[in-house]
Amino acid sequence: MKFRSALGAMSALGLVLSASAASADTLADVKAKGSVQCGVSQGLPGFSNKDDAGTWTGLDVDLCKGVAAAVFGDANAVKFTPLSAKERFTALSSGEVDILSRNTTWTMTRDTQLGLNFAGVNYYDGQGMMVPSSLGVTNALELDGASICTNTGTTTELNITDFFRTNNMSFELVAFEKADEVVAAYDAGRCDVYTTDKSGIAAQRLKLADPDAHTILPETISKEPLGPVVRQGDDTWFNVVRWTLNCMINAEEMGVSSANAAEMASSDNPGIKRLLGSEGTFGENLGVDNAWCANIIGQVGNYGESYEAHVGASTPLKLDRAGSVNALWTAGGLMYAPPIR
Amino acid sequence: MTMRTEGEREEPDAGLAALIYDPKARGFLFQAILLLAVIGFFAWILDNTVSNLASQNKKSGFDFLDESSGFQILTTLGTFLMESTPGVATYFDIFWIGVINTLAVAIVGIITATIIGFTMGIFRLSSNIILRGFATVYVELLRNIPLLLQILFFYIVVLRLLPGKREEGVQVGLFGVDLGTIPINITGFYMPFPVPSEGFGTVILAFIGSIILAWCVAWLARKRQEATGQQFPSFWVGLLLIGGITMGTYYALGGPLGWEHPEFRNEGPILRRGYQSGVGSVIVPEFIALWLSLSLYTASFIAEIVRAGILAVPSGQTEASKALGMSNSANLRLVVIPQALRVIIPPLTSQYLNLTKNSSLAVAIAYPDIVSIFAGTALNQVGQEIEMIFMMMMVYLVISLVTSAFMNWFNDRMKLVER
Repeated sequence: MKFRSALGAMSALGLVLSASAASADTLADVKAKGSVQCGVSQGLPGFSNKDDAGTWTGLDVDLCKGVAAAVFGDANAVKFTPLSAKERFTALSSGEVDILSRNTTWTMTRDTQLGLNFAGVNYYDGQGMMVPSSLGVTNALELDGASICTNTGTTTELNITDFFRTNNMSFELVAFEKADEVVAAYDAGRCDVYTTDKSGIAAQRLKLADPDAHTILPETISKEPLGPVVRQGDDTWFNVVRWTLNCMINAEEMGVSSANAAEMASSDNPGIKRLLGSEGTFGENLGVDNAWCANIIGQVGNYGESYEAHVGASTPLKLDRAGSVNALWTAGGLMYAPPIR
Repeated sequence: MTMRTEGEREEPDAGLAALIYDPKARGFLFQAILLLAVIGFFAWILDNTVSNLASQNKKSGFDFLDESSGFQILTTLGTFLMESTPGVATYFDIFWIGVINTLAVAIVGIITATIIGFTMGIFRLSSNIILRGFATVYVELLRNIPLLLQILFFYIVVLRLLPGKREEGVQVGLFGVDLGTIPINITGFYMPFPVPSEGFGTVILAFIGSIILAWCVAWLARKRQEATGQQFPSFWVGLLLIGGITMGTYYALGGPLGWEHPEFRNEGPILRRGYQSGVGSVIVPEFIALWLSLSLYTASFIAEIVRAGILAVPSGQTEASKALGMSNSANLRLVVIPQALRVIIPPLTSQYLNLTKNSSLAVAIAYPDIVSIFAGTALNQVGQEIEMIFMMMMVYLVISLVTSAFMNWFNDRMKLVER
């Protein structure tokens, strides 16, 4: 009897394991399913967040919508799975989601050891720190002995440990699973410092009881290139995601936006013709419709539109793009996409 | 010449056919097929997993345990016992820190849940309407609210109630008389840290010796009671012996135990004010909140188990002991509780196991238990889900099996001895 119940438990485990046997042709699977399964955050304003009407919006969400527009010609053929920082890679490698577009930092370990591939960078971020203004701290080197609140399962824990060790300072790290609890604990005064990516701080600061009573310190203690992630070993799908992002960046550079995409289709510029699919077979070579990029721009918009709508200076996050690393390369930033040729 | 009579049949062939019709052989055949199918199933699973991991270019094996982890963990019993230094601690250290922290909250939680649970269970049967009503409200309220909500609630309440980081603690006064300050604020409860000096080993030896002595006295007293019927207050005498001998040795040696008091600073830069880390000892609010909520929640179930156990003892037993002239407390201690325990212990074991497993909800409030740091942060750095989740399941399995082995042993001792 005992033996039999043990068998039952083991075979249940077996089923779980076999369910994780992810197929290597994600593009075909996605086409068969009829929608893209996109892993997003559990609520990070500006990047992936549910609005009042219950629809997902944000910079990371737009990328998934772009992929859906490229594959199906319909930006709404996408389903979202909110994931905690801790769950995200397991969800991707088990096949629960097709893309992870969840403000995820590109690091070498993640690229080489976790069986993942980063398809590009859609936001250049860096880790920052926020303190209550009442502490009178003006730079991060004054933080010796501070207690620090952050999320578990992210690079922030490693960066902050490195930073304090390098500068021979002691600290106490209080790590929560969900961002909401980090904010609640910081707001209650459990910690002197809240640390995460600077874009995240700008977003979470809005949730505090009195956002103006807190200062973001000038230091950026790490490089955090955030981008979409796919499973390693599936180049076709990797290309679809990578070129969705490249399409959005190229479109901005060429001045093609959701407003003028229809008129631009009759443009004489060969670069724009290739971009919008009226010349060449770039879409077909990618394994999707030839109007893939036209669909992305028409339904989602170019990178600049997406940025301004979700995180730009006119949004509550107020992350000014002009002069920042996230500007186009033509404007002195790092946003640069290989040509469609 | 012989004629075949009716009803006589040919003997079936010996050999294959006989085997097919033999229910025993058939049984074996089906069992063997099932066994092969099960083995084949697992071989397929294993092969599938290995080839999938290989195709995703993922590492496997347990080599990662020796690698340096590079992140810091909240000061708790685990980091203290493992002497964890960020950057030096390996993933194996992280694993043990998690195990120790899980065990710490489980053991302390089980003890308090048992005490509160037994008290509430007895209150539920009290003839005093206030006690009974209080216990009823307690049980119905706590056992009907999801544990995760209670944990978050207690955590936020604990954080909001406690004084801020730069304050020394809670002032306690009674009728205008200042009774001092409880050294607790939002960063934790601060206590002196014992620093044993030379000769403290002797005190510990004296303590162990006095326990053995007290046990001998109790054994002799029981023998005498069995022989002569005379009673002897062996419990109180034992307590006196242990306390007297231990304290006697301690003071005779001149008190070989120093205390390192927590240091509270009230000047200098604002950031550095408050209790200084690394001086004295501290219980963090995350532990307090988790411990409170786990024990209060589990106690509400234990209360019902205790009530059921006591009600299961027939009232005739109490009447009989009254007739023999036993006092109320002797009746409860010698007649009712020993019989009630037989009903209480098996479901109580399940509650202890539940409490241990529920401690994994710690991740919600930043208490670094094994799920939070090993299956959380460490898993995210290493990315070897199968190995790490397997290790974690083994931890819970071993803890649970040890708990139930102990409770089964205890149950055997409490069983009605049948002659």
